[in-house]
Amino acid sequence: MSVFNQSRSRIIRLIFLISFIVIIAQLFNLQVVSGKYSKLAMDNAVFPKIVYPERGIIYDRKGKAILNNAIMFDLMVTPAEVKNFDTTSFCRLMEIDTVEFNKRIRDAAFKNTAVRPSAFQALLKPQMQARFEENSWRFPGFALVERPIRLYPFNAAAQMLGYINEVSPADIERSGDFYRMGDYMGKNGLEATYEKVLMGQRGVQHLIKDNHNRLVGSYENGIFDTAAVAGRGLRTYLDIELQEMAEKMMTDKVGAVVAIEPKTGGILAMASGPVFNPNDLTGPDKNKNYSRLVLDVAGPLLNRAIQGRYEPGSTFKPLGALVALDEGLITPSFGYPCFGRYTGCGSGKPACLHSGGGHSANLRLAIANSCNSYFTHLYRMAADNPKYGNVRDGYMKWKEYMNAFGLGIKLGVDLPSEDRGFIPDTSVYNKEYRGSWSSCTNLTLGIGQDKMGATPLQLANAMCIIANRGYYYTPHFVRKIDGETEEDTALMNKYRVKHEVLTHISDDMFNAVMDGMEAVVTQGTARRAAIPNISVCAKTGTAEKYAFLDGKRIKLDDNAMFVAFAPKEDPKIAIAVVVENAGYGGTWGGPIARILMEKFLNDTISKASEAEYEIYCKTNKMPKHLKRLQYKEDSIRARKWFEMTKDSTYINKYTRINPIKNPAKKKESPEKNNQPSLLAVLPNEKIYKQRPRVFIIA
Amino acid sequence: MNPNNPAISKGIDWSFVWMYLLLVAIGIMAIFGATYTEGDPIVQSFLSFKTDYSKQFYFFIVAIVIGLLILLTDSKFFPATSNIWYVAGIVLLLLVFPFHSKVKGTESIIRLGGFQFQPAEFCKICVALALAKYLSRPETDFSKTRSQLIAAGIALLPAALTIMQKETGLALVFFAFFLVMYREGLPSVILIIGFAVAALIVSTLLLEKNTLALILTGIALLVVYLVRRQVKRDKSVLLKIVLLWVLCVGIQRFGVPFIFKNLLAKHQVERIYSTIGKDVPSEYMKGKTAAEPGKKVVNTADYNVKQSKIAIGSGGVLGKGLLKGTQTRYGFVPEQRTDFIFDTIGEGFGFVGSFVLLSIYLLLLFRIITVAERQRSVFSRCYAYGVAAVFFFHIGINVAMTIGLAPVIGIPLPFISYGGTSLLTFTILLFILIRLDADRQMVLR
Repeated sequence: MSVFNQSRSRIIRLIFLISFIVIIAQLFNLQVVSGKYSKLAMDNAVFPKIVYPERGIIYDRKGKAILNNAIMFDLMVTPAEVKNFDTTSFCRLMEIDTVEFNKRIRDAAFKNTAVRPSAFQALLKPQMQARFEENSWRFPGFALVERPIRLYPFNAAAQMLGYINEVSPADIERSGDFYRMGDYMGKNGLEATYEKVLMGQRGVQHLIKDNHNRLVGSYENGIFDTAAVAGRGLRTYLDIELQEMAEKMMTDKVGAVVAIEPKTGGILAMASGPVFNPNDLTGPDKNKNYSRLVLDVAGPLLNRAIQGRYEPGSTFKPLGALVALDEGLITPSFGYPCFGRYTGCGSGKPACLHSGGGHSANLRLAIANSCNSYFTHLYRMAADNPKYGNVRDGYMKWKEYMNAFGLGIKLGVDLPSEDRGFIPDTSVYNKEYRGSWSSCTNLTLGIGQDKMGATPLQLANAMCIIANRGYYYTPHFVRKIDGETEEDTALMNKYRVKHEVLTHISDDMFNAVMDGMEAVVTQGTARRAAIPNISVCAKTGTAEKYAFLDGKRIKLDDNAMFVAFAPKEDPKIAIAVVVENAGYGGTWGGPIARILMEKFLNDTISKASEAEYEIYCKTNKMPKHLKRLQYKEDSIRARKWFEMTKDSTYINKYTRINPIKNPAKKKESPEKNNQPSLLAVLPNEKIYKQRPRVFIIA
Repeated sequence: MNPNNPAISKGIDWSFVWMYLLLVAIGIMAIFGATYTEGDPIVQSFLSFKTDYSKQFYFFIVAIVIGLLILLTDSKFFPATSNIWYVAGIVLLLLVFPFHSKVKGTESIIRLGGFQFQPAEFCKICVALALAKYLSRPETDFSKTRSQLIAAGIALLPAALTIMQKETGLALVFFAFFLVMYREGLPSVILIIGFAVAALIVSTLLLEKNTLALILTGIALLVVYLVRRQVKRDKSVLLKIVLLWVLCVGIQRFGVPFIFKNLLAKHQVERIYSTIGKDVPSEYMKGKTAAEPGKKVVNTADYNVKQSKIAIGSGGVLGKGLLKGTQTRYGFVPEQRTDFIFDTIGEGFGFVGSFVLLSIYLLLLFRIITVAERQRSVFSRCYAYGVAAVFFFHIGINVAMTIGLAPVIGIPLPFISYGGTSLLTFTILLFILIRLDADRQMVLR
């Protein structure tokens, strides 16, 4: 029998051999051919812990830190470790109820598994943190984790500095996966522009984790680890004291102030009203405050200094003169007979404030008296310049000048979302007037009206061109980056380029313009901007403004516009002030500009100015129609909320008081709805998120 | 013992002993690699009997002592007592039913004081002995169906009892003894039919019902076409083909679903499906999972195999080194010390290490067959084949499951996996063989 079956031993060997070959082939496939498993193993077991560097600090021109880093604490919970727990006293300590407690624990376990820590409460209030630390031994499973935040010791420059926040999935994608979930990045202002500088370099610590994602030690004794490199500091031109004063004066006002150092283009102060405290967007209440600010129709998050588009009005006139001078159309002695209105186009418009003979006998007088006819005429001369043949080419040449002045284009300030203002193209007029228009059609461009729109920054920059007698540097905040690298130099180079705008104008001609502007202060509409012993050059402007409300076009108070620079002989500060719906430019813009210039030039302000400063800080010039607008927006939102969720909490407030049937209560309601509670609670920001609106002055 | 050769070393095949020692050493090292905690004093831990590698070390000493005792035993003792062993094994298996302790879903373990004992493991020795005894009886004519059925019964009775203890994996080991029977003249047809049925079942799981039925029909028609002359001559051939076709379709239509729905436990269904890389169809889902069709089912068997493949795959060509394997050291692979011990070698020593280990195993198996074929006694030869079959099944299935080629069946890797019972069982199996082989010249049993 055995002999008979002996051959089968070979078959059995063959079976063994084949099985082993199959196994070895699969091993070869797994271990040698397929490379993906080592990566999977790394993902599995090695946790690259990001070590966050200290973010760079931003300093003002005198070396004071405008913002600081601070540490707050997130309360983390590891649900699996919450055992033998005194829930009642914990809830009392955290000021929540047990229902909320259980919900948060459940959420944490659901989101990040029960064995990994997740945030129970982000950014603990300092007193809560202290209370927790005292009692932490009683609460197993809870721990505090450091979270770096920004603090603003001067409570100022919120819109300019911007803020930092956790990156969104869109940010991560945009960065090519450079950022990771949970990273913080600059979201606006300087924080965003100089993100690369401020951020520093993240360090990575490789830690080994086990199958429950618990960290159990360092990987390979840390030979793959890289240290974090702290972010570098930014040295700015900002004068934080000046900035504080500017913001205080813009409190409860809509508008903007920009002050620039003409010789460098460095921004000394920039304020946008309504003002908010940058510390509102940091710390425990930041989300609540953010939604309050976002939903405020006055648009406090908007930086009007670079995003507000205003009709420059009379403040434009010196620029009109510069165009005519540079083109050789006039000399400073050029006069224009004005008897109270411009008659060149037959309509008698625009009217002029003055009718006396000789109030526009030369350029200096025309600027000092702000003669509408004179500057309308200068515009028409430029547009109808025979050198260019027709009005279209003439107009385009004029527009070229405007763009060279920085109007109608983005200046390129080192803040995100700058508005370019508006200088229309010929196509705009061609379309509107079906191709048939002349310099008479848009003659008010000569006095800064028609379709012209400019940001306060552009206006201040235009002042720099006059103050510098023909050139400007692109306005910017950052003077120097600590430890400047080549990459930084590339970023900063555009602020080191001198823009020579006007080359055909002699000093005499500039003097004539400056003399005119000085006369505005000494004898004209800007008398309130006069500073003793310092010769100030200024120009006021007042623009009419309309708004649509409840289907009606209503006239609002005029916008006060004011531009200036000083001292005349060696200008050190150029300034533009816009206060919306405040009244005369000289009355509302002048003193603000003067106080700031005085502060900057003398490093202190006189008693009289001090008193005036106090008054301006306290005056509320918020446009009155905003209350009604806010009421409408809020009620519409409450209505949408109700339709979406059938939760009548918010809508009730508006249905009980029927604004049509009960007009007596109508006046009260706007104030009521100004409470942040409603604004803050609405969670679905996406639906209601809106860009704060800007009213372009009609 | 042979009075002329008092030394017990006489006739011993030393290659077995060396391979045995080498494998046990690799095993202790692998367990050490998988369970050593950074910072423990190594020598003390090895002697402390507190760590797993220390325990395995002591198990090894016990195993060596028992191995020596076996070598001191008269080789006639084993054929003489084979039937008693078998009866004892069956009794122990039966004792499990009233006395088992519940451990991790199995009901196959008896606990005595601090020790656990799994009779099913022990039973492998008994079956190897008893089957050898039965086949070597002079009156057994293995060409007869009756003898073949009895032999199959000897092998499968413990398997049936083990299945009743919910240890399907362990029960499958007993099917390995068909290899012995094959060597002793079991018709090849039976093995071929066995493979065919296995292939049918696997394709049932892989293919869509109707597709497979169509394929089967196609095959049947093809066969009819090929044998059309015989069909013309004898209509019963056609009938046979039709019956076979009906049987096959019946199995794939009703047989397999019946087994999956009614006979197999939930985790077994999951494991089988995770091996072939498919999700468990909703009709076979059991318990809670079936009630919530919307929820994603977390398949632990699938997780185990994935993690195991990652661990082995990340070892690369040369491996990460002992104690450097991140996957095996930080609990990603479950049952690290026991069923998935191969991962430690795969991750720590890479393809080269795995290849060397498998080569040692293959060498061992081939050596056993060589030794088997040189036996004069049928008992020794059958027993040797029994040992080879058991080892082969354990090694093949265990390694195949760690690399995703076989379903996750909880069976240990011989000499390497942690565990006293399994180490002792394999040691006894091997040392009885050494003992029998040492006396191969003596008599014809």
